[in-house]
Formats: sequence, structure tokens, C-alpha cells
Amino acid sequence: MSTGSLEVENLHLWRGERHVLRGVGFALAAGECLKVTGVNGAGKTSLLRTLAGLMYPEEGEVRWCGRNVRSDLRGFQGGLAYLGHEPPLKADLTARENLHYWIRNRRQLSEPLLTQALIRVGAEPFAERLVRTLSAGQRRRVALAGLALCLVPLWLLDEPATNLDAEGQRLVGSLIAEQLARGGLAVAAVHHELPLAGGAVRLLELAP
Amino acid sequence: MSAGSAPSVLGLPASLETPAAAVSAWAAARLALQRDLTLAFRKPAQLLQPLAFFALVTMLFPLAISPELSQLRLVAPGAIWAAALLASLLALEFLFRDDAQDGTLEQYALSGQSLTTLLFAKTTAHWLLTGLPLACMAPIAALSLGAPAPALGAITAAVVLGSVTLSLVGSIGAGLTLNIKRSSALLSLLTLPLSLPVLIFGARATQVAIAGGPVLAPLELLAALAVLGVTLAPLAAAAAVRISLE
Repeated sequence: MSTGSLEVENLHLWRGERHVLRGVGFALAAGECLKVTGVNGAGKTSLLRTLAGLMYPEEGEVRWCGRNVRSDLRGFQGGLAYLGHEPPLKADLTARENLHYWIRNRRQLSEPLLTQALIRVGAEPFAERLVRTLSAGQRRRVALAGLALCLVPLWLLDEPATNLDAEGQRLVGSLIAEQLARGGLAVAAVHHELPLAGGAVRLLELAP
Repeated sequence: MSAGSAPSVLGLPASLETPAAAVSAWAAARLALQRDLTLAFRKPAQLLQPLAFFALVTMLFPLAISPELSQLRLVAPGAIWAAALLASLLALEFLFRDDAQDGTLEQYALSGQSLTTLLFAKTTAHWLLTGLPLACMAPIAALSLGAPAPALGAITAAVVLGSVTLSLVGSIGAGLTLNIKRSSALLSLLTLPLSLPVLIFGARATQVAIAGGPVLAPLELLAALAVLGVTLAPLAAAAAVRISLE
């Protein structure tokens, strides 16, 4: 997977009797961020999961660099980072251990770089504490450290600033700006304004 | 991979990588195994539950039936294997459940690594934490049920081989029932029919071992089932987990 473009064409997704995505389409180039908005239940999470290849749309296709992602789904997934509602952290591991097991599954990672990421997101002071003892905002910061360490072309973020204070929200904005400056892409489902520190931003509003 | 040339504003690396290519499937599987073992030893109560169940059932049998050795030897194969099967079922519910709830399985599915390999590593950890302790406990259980000392080696080997298959078969059921609340009954219903050959050949191996006969044939059948499980079950478990994640 190389840094490239994401094209989504005429996505239709049904969940039981509900027509969740109705012909969604957009194109995103390197260095661009797509902000997906919509009321609760509009299908923001479903869209992100469909883009990630976790859900199969009834119609339409997702293309990465012009190729249908289903033609090499594992390769495509290896080049994306998905951060869902809940940070993918184990309560009985420390923040550092969580990152160790999560990120080393994807890439080589040195301890200094891991520490650097923890410092970067303000999680270093509680890096050795079990995640079960951390607040929701602190957990989110640890997850953001993982995201920053992924260094993959495509980020799919579901409410990335949830539970974060104003400084934390600015941090999310600057992490996304760094991702765009590296030539990456980001798709973020958001309810509130995301204070992006740079990069081209496009909007997609999903109807309920 | 081409990468953006902009320097990192705040200290992290500025280039994009191809991460999946940087980590071998073996290294990823080893990490998954290591992580599950670390987590298990931080929650020892969950670890001891199946073992305690197995020990209690097999050791209560002599009290409930008769201390007569000839009678105990008759029921020993059935008691050991029924207890082993139920004990392994007890632990199965936890195989993927926590990982599904906290998003770890999603991250595995999106890691660019083979989900089959990662789930096989998880199942291996599960066997090391439940099947292997059962096999270690089996000689004590067999002794308490009147098995002669020369039979203990064969009985232990049978439980080792049988528990491997039970863990692998269970991983398919655990994957299929991920999204179902209070899934233990359904999990048992799905897993038990597939586990019956292990129960039959395992009990037969134990019976022959206690009688002092040649145990090689039933052990070979158990080994064949284990090989079949290692070959097919991880693929089926990965497919089941992908369906459950959708």
C-alpha cells in the first residue's frame, strides 16, 4: 500500500431492515482530511467500518490508489489505522505494555520511540499504570499515542476527540495535521468541531 | 512506499511505512501469545476455574461411587474425559470475548497480519493455560480413580492430544458466538457434537491403558484429530470471527 488516494463510489449498506448508507461517495487525495458529520445513527461508524473492510456493503466499492480494496484486503488493512469509539486497550496491562503489544504487531518499534510518542500525547506520566486505573481521557491519549506510532497512509478515526479536554482536542488536530503533512489521508467521524492545525479539509454530511 | 517529505512537527517520524511487511507473521503470533499469557497470569482466578472444576469432579467420584478399585477403574475413563471436556468448555467463553469487547480483535483483523495465524496463537495460549494444566492434573485424577501407575503416561498423553483438539474446536464455536450475550449454552451446543470423537477415543485410550493393553491405536486416532484440528480449525475460527466482527 502506498500513499495515495481513496475513492468511494455509491456505497449502499443495509443493517437488517435499515438502509444505513445510501449511495455515499467521495474522493480523497494525499494530504486531505475528510470530516464526516451527521446525527446519531446517521451511519458514521458504519461508513468507517466499511472503509476499513470490516463491513461488506451491498453495493458500491472502495478504491485505494484506483484499485478495489477487496482485491488485496489484507494489504490495504495493513496500511490503515482505525481508532474506534473505545480505545483498543487491555485493562490489565499498563499503557506502555498496551502500545508494545498493539503496535509491535504492525511495525518494528524501539522503546525510545514509544516513550517519545507517550510524551508527545501527554501520557508519559501514567505510562506505567494499569489501564484500568486511567480515566477515559487518559485512555484516549494512550490510544492516540498508538495512532501516532502507526505511521500508515490512511487513518480512520471515530470521534477521536471524545473524552478529551480542550488541549487534548488540539492535540488530535495537530496529530491529524502531521499525518496530512506526511502525505497521509484521514477520515474522521466527528460530532464537534475538530481544531485542525493545518491541511486540506473536506466535509461529508450523512443524512439520517 | 512513497512518503511525504514534510518533517514531523513534534518529534515523531516524518515518513510513512509499510508496517505489515516489517513484522513477520511468526513475530506477530509470538506477541499475541505472549500478551495472552501475561494477561492470564494477572487474572489467576479465571485461570484456576477449569482446573479446579476438573480436580473436584474427578476426586469426588470415588467418594460418590465406592472406594472399590475395580469399580473405580470401570468409571475412570468416562469420569476423566467428561470432566476434561466440561472443564475446557468452561474456559472457552473467555477465549475471544474480552478481545472482541475492547476492540483488540478489530485491531488484529486490521493489522495486515493473517488473522488465522493470530487466532491460532491465541488458541495456543488458551491451550497452554487450560489444556496443559488439565493434562498435568490427569495423572493425579487417574490415580484417585484407581488407575495403575504404568497407565499414567498413556493417560497423560491422551489428555494432551485430546485437549489440543478441544481448544481448537472450541475456538470455532467461540468465534461464531462472539456477538451473542450469555452465549455459553449455545457455545456448548455448537462445540459438543464436534468434541464427541475426542471423548470417545480419549476414553477408549484411557480404558485400554488401565487394562494394560496396547494404547497406540487410540492415541494415534487422537493425534490424527489434533492434526486435523491444527490444519482446519484456525481457518474456520478466523472466518467465524470476521463474520462476528461485521
